[in-house]
Amino acid sequence: MTKIKSLADLKKMKGDLQSKIALREKSDKPEGRVIVKVAMATCGIASGSKDVMEYLVDELDKRNIDAIVSQTGCMGYCYAEPTIEVTLPGNEPVVYGYVDIKKADKIIEKYIRNQELVDGIIPVNYQTIEKDKEE
Amino acid sequence: MAKFKMHMLVCGGTGCRASASDMLYDNLKKEIQEQGLQDEVQVVTTGCFGFCEKGPIVKVIPDNTFYISVEPGDAKVIVAEHAIKGRKVERLLYVDPVNKKKIADSKGMGFYKKQIRIALRNCGLIDPENVDEYLAADGYEAMGKVLTEMTPDQAIQEMIDSGLRGRGGGGFPTGVKWQIASKVSADQKYVVCNADEGDPGAFMDRSILEGDPHSVLEAMVINGYCIGATRGLIYIRAEYPLAINRLKIAINQAREYGLLGKDILGSGFDFDVEIRYGAGAFVCGEETALIHSMEGERGEPTFKPPFPAQSGYLGKPTNVNNVETFANVPVIYNKGAKWFAGIGTEKSKGTKVFALAGKINNVGLIEIPMGITLREVIFEIGGGIKDGKKFKAVQTGGPSGGCLTEKHLDTPIDFDNLLAAGSMMGSGGMIVMDEDDCMVAVAKFYLDFTVEESCGKCSPCRIGNKRLYELLDKITKGQADKEDMDNLRNLSMVIRDTSLCGLGQTSPNPVLSTMDNFMAEYIAHVEEDRCPSGVCKDLIRYEIIPENCVGCTACARNCPVNCIAGERKQLHTIDQSLCIKCGACLEKCKFNAVAII
Repeated sequence: MTKIKSLADLKKMKGDLQSKIALREKSDKPEGRVIVKVAMATCGIASGSKDVMEYLVDELDKRNIDAIVSQTGCMGYCYAEPTIEVTLPGNEPVVYGYVDIKKADKIIEKYIRNQELVDGIIPVNYQTIEKDKEE
Repeated sequence: MAKFKMHMLVCGGTGCRASASDMLYDNLKKEIQEQGLQDEVQVVTTGCFGFCEKGPIVKVIPDNTFYISVEPGDAKVIVAEHAIKGRKVERLLYVDPVNKKKIADSKGMGFYKKQIRIALRNCGLIDPENVDEYLAADGYEAMGKVLTEMTPDQAIQEMIDSGLRGRGGGGFPTGVKWQIASKVSADQKYVVCNADEGDPGAFMDRSILEGDPHSVLEAMVINGYCIGATRGLIYIRAEYPLAINRLKIAINQAREYGLLGKDILGSGFDFDVEIRYGAGAFVCGEETALIHSMEGERGEPTFKPPFPAQSGYLGKPTNVNNVETFANVPVIYNKGAKWFAGIGTEKSKGTKVFALAGKINNVGLIEIPMGITLREVIFEIGGGIKDGKKFKAVQTGGPSGGCLTEKHLDTPIDFDNLLAAGSMMGSGGMIVMDEDDCMVAVAKFYLDFTVEESCGKCSPCRIGNKRLYELLDKITKGQADKEDMDNLRNLSMVIRDTSLCGLGQTSPNPVLSTMDNFMAEYIAHVEEDRCPSGVCKDLIRYEIIPENCVGCTACARNCPVNCIAGERKQLHTIDQSLCIKCGACLEKCKFNAVAII
């Protein structure tokens, strides 16, 4: 190991190392961050959700968008896989179907950056058990 | 470099390791490897998450899924379901004790909602054996800032402004302590970290050292710079092997990076740390006794003044600070004294870590802002009393503290309020008792500890506590009279007023506070030969209620001394002359047919 010789060195090192635990720190404070969930059940994976997830992780990072990308189970829209759910801070989650890499790019540029809706939204046509109970 | 999309944080604290979390870690790694996910999923051992009741804990990032009671054999299903398919493993999720709902996200758990983690900030977040992760979490930045941008006086002033008070029990303002030592001139000064955590049931210092050892080292360097000390000593009890091991790793890594040693970060300041082992004597948590123990003398306290800050280790000015106190230090310099002073109450700033234990649903380690109430701690964070029983008392401050009752539940927790209520902050043990606990027996339990741990130097403590114990023993056996009660109180006062060190001065606290708050229980023991909680063996007997007994033989089969007679489907009876009052029959009876009388 090389010695750290100054505060500037230390700060530089921290900058290089930060990505190691960034995901943990981000997840600890999800408020104010874009949350993207990629459906990764068998149907999703078979339709290519793995590549989409990888693309999203890399691209959001490259484009400096403060986002948390996580995987989730089957959302039930197996016909429209790969599906992703995007939650912008303060907004209701929006689910997109048939997301390939091209579409993912569009979602990042249009929806995540500019809040313009993109084609392919799957409308919410279900109620969760919790909601039923509340009513 | 692999870019991990998922992190699996496995608790590597002593509690979870005792339940095979190290094996679980190995299994997770193996499974990840087998599924070819080693570049996508990172498995990390971290420090304690605090939720020790339900260990081992595995937290999956980024979705914050919090798995409890995970066994090594569960590794396969976690990887197959969660890592590959994104499905949470339902059966390993936490179930809310109140509404019985499963909670996946740790943020939704009542246990974490009210906590503010400053001293424990990195516990459960970073790998304690990897200095790089500490650096990534702002590690050593406070030290760099202090060493290169601040004068010792400025740094001390910042500490005074923060209002940080010693977390080991005394609550002395840390900045003032540093200032006193800085003003004394000497050729050598010392910084000592007190890691001799002795309160039964308290384990915050151990958890900090196991989960975030570098933060303590960083703070020690800052302390050294402030007072002009170049040597640091960590006095840690030898019963903490994991903490010692992680400290050693941390010290070596810090040295390799030049964060300990000569000319740290080009500031011209030298500082190094070594470890000293204690043999686990409670009194060695007292700073003068601790210093004598490090000097190779008997671990006995000496009269103050002179204070260690004036004349301590080897007669040199020495600052002794507790582990938790140190863990707060780097954050104060990173975020500023003002930020820190904004948390807490008027005279107690910041947070305090408590070890929640006893008859409570969520046993574990919590860090709360000063000023929240005991009710919030016990019923919200702690999840209430076990098995729906009734709350009776909470013992804070370990053997030196007192028992607080229902009427204190809405007292905001801070140093001064707890003292005014007849207890103390202590190092932060918090033991909750329910209706089944006998307060006389509780007082006796603590006295038993104090008698054992008294160093024997001064007579009030050595002889007085022994007599106190005997008086309590008499009461629990129903042999005491009213005069014994008066003696108990008088003797307690004498010991409190005349003992040399904190151990003796506080040892009667459990007696006095239980007498003040639970006099009725004492009177029941003394005047009626009765233990209302059914704990004191000499005052109770087990009997079978004929109407309820169905003759299932469960009690008779489980009685270790075979003192229960009765045929199948016939009424059973207990032979009182043989009964050892172990309570096995009561525990095994499914028909409420055994009662304590």
